[in-house]
Amino acid sequence: MHPQEETRLLEKAIEEITAIAKGFNLDFYDMYFEICPADVIYSFGAYGMPTRFSHWTFGKAYHKMKTQYDYNLSRIYEMVINSDPCYAFLLEGNSLVQNKMVIAHVLGHCDFFKNNYYFKRTSRKMVESMAAAAERIRGYEFKYGRDKVEKFLDSVISLQENIDPQKHIIGDAGNGPINATREHSCQGHTCSEGGKCCQGGCHNHAGHSGQSTPYDDLWDLDKHECSGKCGKEENHSKNFPEKPEKDLLLFMMHHARDLENWQRDIISVIREEMLYFWPQMQTKIMNEGWATYWHMRIMREMDLTEDEALEFAKTHSGVIQASKYRINSYYLGLKIFEDIEKRWDNPTEEEKQKFGRRSGEGKRKIFDVRETENDISFIRNYLTKELVEELDLYLFKKVGYDWKVTDKDWEKVRDGLVASLYNCGLPYIVVESGDFGKRDELYLKHMHEGTDLDIYYLERTLPHVYAVWGRTTHLETIVDGRRVLFSYNGEKVSKKFI
Amino acid sequence: MSDGRKVVKVPIRSLEEYHFRFDTGKQKHAGQGQGGTKEGDVLGSDKKQAGPGKGKGAGEEPGVDYYEAEVTIDELAQLIFEDLGLPNLQQKKKPELASEALEFKDVRKKGISSNIDRKRTIMEAIKRNALKGRKGFQNITRDDLRYKTWDITYKYESNAVVMAMMDTSGSMGPYEKYIARSFFFWMVRFLRTKYQNVHIVFLAHHVEAKETTEEEFFTKGASGGTRCSSVYQLGLDIIQKRYSPEDYNIYAFHFSDGDNLTSDNEKCVKLVNELLKVCNLVGYGEIEGPYYYTSTLRNAFKKIKDPKFTSVGIKGKTDVYPALKAFFNPHPQTRT
Repeated sequence: MHPQEETRLLEKAIEEITAIAKGFNLDFYDMYFEICPADVIYSFGAYGMPTRFSHWTFGKAYHKMKTQYDYNLSRIYEMVINSDPCYAFLLEGNSLVQNKMVIAHVLGHCDFFKNNYYFKRTSRKMVESMAAAAERIRGYEFKYGRDKVEKFLDSVISLQENIDPQKHIIGDAGNGPINATREHSCQGHTCSEGGKCCQGGCHNHAGHSGQSTPYDDLWDLDKHECSGKCGKEENHSKNFPEKPEKDLLLFMMHHARDLENWQRDIISVIREEMLYFWPQMQTKIMNEGWATYWHMRIMREMDLTEDEALEFAKTHSGVIQASKYRINSYYLGLKIFEDIEKRWDNPTEEEKQKFGRRSGEGKRKIFDVRETENDISFIRNYLTKELVEELDLYLFKKVGYDWKVTDKDWEKVRDGLVASLYNCGLPYIVVESGDFGKRDELYLKHMHEGTDLDIYYLERTLPHVYAVWGRTTHLETIVDGRRVLFSYNGEKVSKKFI
Repeated sequence: MSDGRKVVKVPIRSLEEYHFRFDTGKQKHAGQGQGGTKEGDVLGSDKKQAGPGKGKGAGEEPGVDYYEAEVTIDELAQLIFEDLGLPNLQQKKKPELASEALEFKDVRKKGISSNIDRKRTIMEAIKRNALKGRKGFQNITRDDLRYKTWDITYKYESNAVVMAMMDTSGSMGPYEKYIARSFFFWMVRFLRTKYQNVHIVFLAHHVEAKETTEEEFFTKGASGGTRCSSVYQLGLDIIQKRYSPEDYNIYAFHFSDGDNLTSDNEKCVKLVNELLKVCNLVGYGEIEGPYYYTSTLRNAFKKIKDPKFTSVGIKGKTDVYPALKAFFNPHPQTRT
């Protein structure tokens, strides 16, 4: 087909699909579609954003993804950016039907980005922010040398998951110093925010001080933070930080002594970008399920020829294909949304009496769910016994050399799945002390919840913490039931049982 | 390497992205079956690779990242040779290789206006006026104009000759020859990659030494006893006849298993000292075979204190590159 003709047909399809989606009450930002060749789509995919700073890890990701594409093992049909307006990139070489499906899918994602609670605080101008950050980092490379900047990026990127997205999502953005008890804590850009914060915080505090509720201590948190930011005198606490701090990057950004401003900026860039990506990580099943649900519904409304319908069915089934080694987010999410819709459309007598559920509420309910849940609550609240059995879900584990199925019981499977999603499947590690042994040493603690850490990786990540903190760092964890303290002093990693 | 495509696959393992993560072996994962999966079913095993067809086998599980980069031999050679160079290279009298260079050094009355020599032109004008008794700078006439003009000059590279000397006696078994030839193979490759005008002279010896072609040198075997002095003598003769030290940077490298006639060692030391007088560098590589010789040539060479003499011991294939690095360190003073 002539390319111009193809573009014209695609434009028509976009118009049609957008109209259908709006008819279904999907609510999305203005959309920009762009057709890109594979190497462009895959580099966007590897970077996570078209405008991000460069680092070898992105090149590695690209190489991996592109190789899988070249060998026809996997294929990204599209790439969509959580931004306003929303950018979507379609893979050059998609057939018209595939593109129709992909466009419908993308509208589902964009509706999710715009309406899901966990995305409420993500910056919709991240394309521009990342471009600006990339520009600054290029400047640092120029000024301080590429190797030096890359080395520092290596360290910060290896710790990028050690942030506290929860605080960010619920509004305590944590941009100010945490429980700042030391004079050097107020560094960099945070100082300028002090005054503003103080007003708001102090005001709040005064307004509520007379009341007596179980949450009064929350106001005290405000007070601490406020006085810290304003640089007033504060009661010196024995503990630093006062409470274990999950946001390792933020903590080091404020309290590591020997960092230069460009280094603090890099920490802040990586942290902000991770905070931006985190909601996508914690709603993967829902987001993909929601988009899949809607591309199916929308495609059903389209006039497709027999061949087109067949091609759509083939592409769709490729997307929702199950894998014995992992959960297919598209499929599981889709099935749960469909199940919710069914159960709220036709509630049982028991549900009607117990929960006052009325018939025909399916659509309303799934829109509610897409707004308020994340993967953990989605699975915990809506993965039923029937679904676990129908989908043949199970838990498996390595026993000897074999990967063996260990659990089929539906509640164990559900809870196992929830546990694997906790903290996006990453270990929960907190800063216990930034002045361990009164020697400014950093003491991290892994909150062990049943699974040991990868020791090989741990021993090689600790030096990265050291590289940023600048002094001896420790990490306490549990290995085979015994408490162990790993330490890195700048030369070697040592471990001892405690 | 010799599959004709000249592409070497280099596994790159250094690309781990370390971060705090769970031990996947101790973790429970969730998966989805085709229906009817029971507790205790084995999904796959790490002992063997999963078969094709299903595609998503055990290899998909978290594990060691293993990347392959395809590098051509030429690229590889460039990487390896990056830090190597001929040491103590000196400017010699008789240049051989010349590359063209432009130099502005002539001044003429005609030329291209962009090449006007302003200073000289003004000087001419002042001179002309001064001759007529007028002070200072007045005007410029066509006659005053001076132009810079270029000449083609030649840039000369220093000449160098490398003597590749190899022991091919009976005591040099297939292994020892392999090592010696590996060294010379890479040496020749290196010299031809980096220098355009280096002569290489191939000398093989047992009790007697003779000059061979490159092909013979790399392929032909020989047998017999060992008299290393023979090759040094031949080297000296060739230098005298063909490569005057006035005109050439001379390098001599000798590889042997060190199993020399003991009575010959004394003579060897003497001849190496002769060689050192005319050479920029003399290198001696001794391949340490399975037997232990107490009176190897290398021990005898310990007497030589000249900084231009380098000797290395080679225990295995992996020592070839360090030997190359030791001999072709372009800045000997930084040698560690």
